[in-house]
Amino acid sequence: MSKILVVAEHLNGKLNSSTARAVSAAAAVKGDSIDVLVLADSVDAIAAEAAKIDGVGKVLTIARAENAHPLAAVLAPQVAKAAAGYSHVFFPSTTFGKDVAPRVAALLGVSQVSDVMSVEGAHSFKRPIYAGNAIVTVEANPAHAVVATIRTASWPAAGSRGDSAAVEALAVDAALPAHTRFVELQQGKSDRPDLQGAGKVVSGGRGVGSKENFEVIYKLADKIGAAVGASRAAVDAGYVPNELQVGQTGKIIAPELYMAFGISGAIQHLTGIKDAGTIVAINKDGEAPIFEIADIGLVGDLFKLIPEIEQALG
Amino acid sequence: MKILVGYKRVVDFNVRIQVKPDGTGVMTDGVKLSANPFDDIALEEALRLREKGIATEVVVVGIGPADLTAHLRNGLAMGANRAIHVVTADEVQPLTAARVLLKLVEKEQPELVILGKQAIDDDANQTGQMLAALWDRPQATFASKVEIAAGKATVTREVDAGLETIEAELPAVITTDLRLNEPRFIKLPDIMKAKSKPIDSIEFGSLGVEAHDHLKTTHYAAPPKRSKGVMVKDAAELVAVLKQKGLL
Ligand SMILES: Cc1cc2nc3c(=O)[nH]c(=O)nc-3n(C[C@H](O)[C@H](O)[C@H](O)COP(=O)(O)OP(=O)(O)OC[C@H]3O[C@@H](n4cnc5c(N)ncnc54)[C@H](O)[C@@H]3O)c2cc1C
Ligand SMILES: Nc1ncnc2c1ncn2[C@@H]1O[C@H](COP(=O)(O)O)[C@@H](O)[C@H]1O
Repeated sequence: MSKILVVAEHLNGKLNSSTARAVSAAAAVKGDSIDVLVLADSVDAIAAEAAKIDGVGKVLTIARAENAHPLAAVLAPQVAKAAAGYSHVFFPSTTFGKDVAPRVAALLGVSQVSDVMSVEGAHSFKRPIYAGNAIVTVEANPAHAVVATIRTASWPAAGSRGDSAAVEALAVDAALPAHTRFVELQQGKSDRPDLQGAGKVVSGGRGVGSKENFEVIYKLADKIGAAVGASRAAVDAGYVPNELQVGQTGKIIAPELYMAFGISGAIQHLTGIKDAGTIVAINKDGEAPIFEIADIGLVGDLFKLIPEIEQALG
Repeated sequence: MKILVGYKRVVDFNVRIQVKPDGTGVMTDGVKLSANPFDDIALEEALRLREKGIATEVVVVGIGPADLTAHLRNGLAMGANRAIHVVTADEVQPLTAARVLLKLVEKEQPELVILGKQAIDDDANQTGQMLAALWDRPQATFASKVEIAAGKATVTREVDAGLETIEAELPAVITTDLRLNEPRFIKLPDIMKAKSKPIDSIEFGSLGVEAHDHLKTTHYAAPPKRSKGVMVKDAAELVAVLKQKGLL
């Protein structure tokens, strides 16, 4: 039967909500047990959070100074060792999981299933290809462990429970390389909701025109308590930092409300918002492709409409 | 320093892919094929390192069917010194691609391998990381800035939290993100010049790589369609509709 190991993602001592989403996918396998693995320099606070996730059997921890930053070359040998006896190893399909999971899969000598959207059976999964233009069903050979990344936008975060799962320190004997070193993380500082977990997202594209103009997007987002997103064109032009990019090669998100201002609706962008509850498109070009998938469309100049929206909000 | 560059041919990013009605695959007959956009970026980065005098030779690698040579010629026209074509008619999954690349790495002894972060057909995002694992060397994925000096690569990576910088001792594997550079256009005289550049052709079977099949794709389906919504006439109506839906 299935025993699933979910590798936790965390930053600044806090568990990332992508972990609880990966646990949801693990629950869909309907296996015997789900354990969460925390690799960090100091594990206690993160493990305590993971132990509160509904459905988790136990939390395994590997506390080492080398695990202070998530370097794939350092983490992968430890995960590969910890994976012994598990039938499935899941990672969230975030930049963290995308970086580490294939390295683990290769060490285990198995293929990887990327971006699992749905679990059809213990060894059968659906995933998107061609920027989401096709959805394939893949069958993994049950003779091998399944290494997979979980498309976080397809899964709700598993709930929390009153008690806590057991936390156990795991001793793995893995030689860690020193050839890769962390230098720094320039983190976008923002008090706004996290783009990947937000219920509402206000997004801007090339049509916003400049970094200065993007203030109108931030202002509307703050007024309605939304996260801010952007198209690739807006990021490339330097209006906003890279971590705001939504789409095939940026973040895949599923907010309840997505409002796109000055975004044309290229397929690579749309693949990032397909699972949004309600998509609102505001564009001055009535022929823009984004109107083909928007639930609510409004043709007009965003600079005129945003103040009017704010006014109507009261 | 020698650089190996992954140069995969994929359906052009502008093509709107359609799934075959019987669910056995996607329609690729007659559609435009191009270099994977991330691989053009990988090649561009390698060429710039050569132009800076850091690299001496840039080798593009393609794993695929016999007619891949025309595609590899494009890589040569863009500026690669030579090409290696690993010939196979079969679909190549990332783990197999990584094992093939490892064989080439052992033979060519490059100090740097630059691949795309993902191929836009399978959207797997795996091969570079797998190669780095099998080779037991550093990986710097999703690179948006690369500096090579004193036997190491200092790479800025686009991660969900922002921009991360890491140091990797060479040899290493780098995978490219979109903002690393803007690939140059191929000029007509370069196409002529590329005709005399060597393409080394290697049969997949001769490499001793076991083609594994842990994953089988059993069905292709079109994604669920979002139905066309409504148009509203002004900001007030938009806000009213959103309030009614309980979204504001
Ligand atoms: C391999 C690859 C990966 C990619 N990955 C991504 C990705 O992850 N995410 C992504 O977004 N893109 C991605 N792209 C790029 C994508 O193809 C498009 O180029 C990009 O999404 C366009 O951004 P945009 O809609 O902001 O700009 P444009 O297409 O230029 O559209 C701007 C829109 O703004 C409107 N506009 C202008 N002024 C106003 C105004 N005052 N008021 C209202 N509307 C106005 C215009 O009518 C137009 O529709 C990728 C491309 C490739 C090749
Ligand atoms: N068949 C192939 N030929 C050449 N390069 C490849 C091939 N498959 C994968 N690659 C390289 O690996 C990268 C990532 O591919 P993938 O892991 O399939 O998303 C690509 O951008 C290429 O650089």
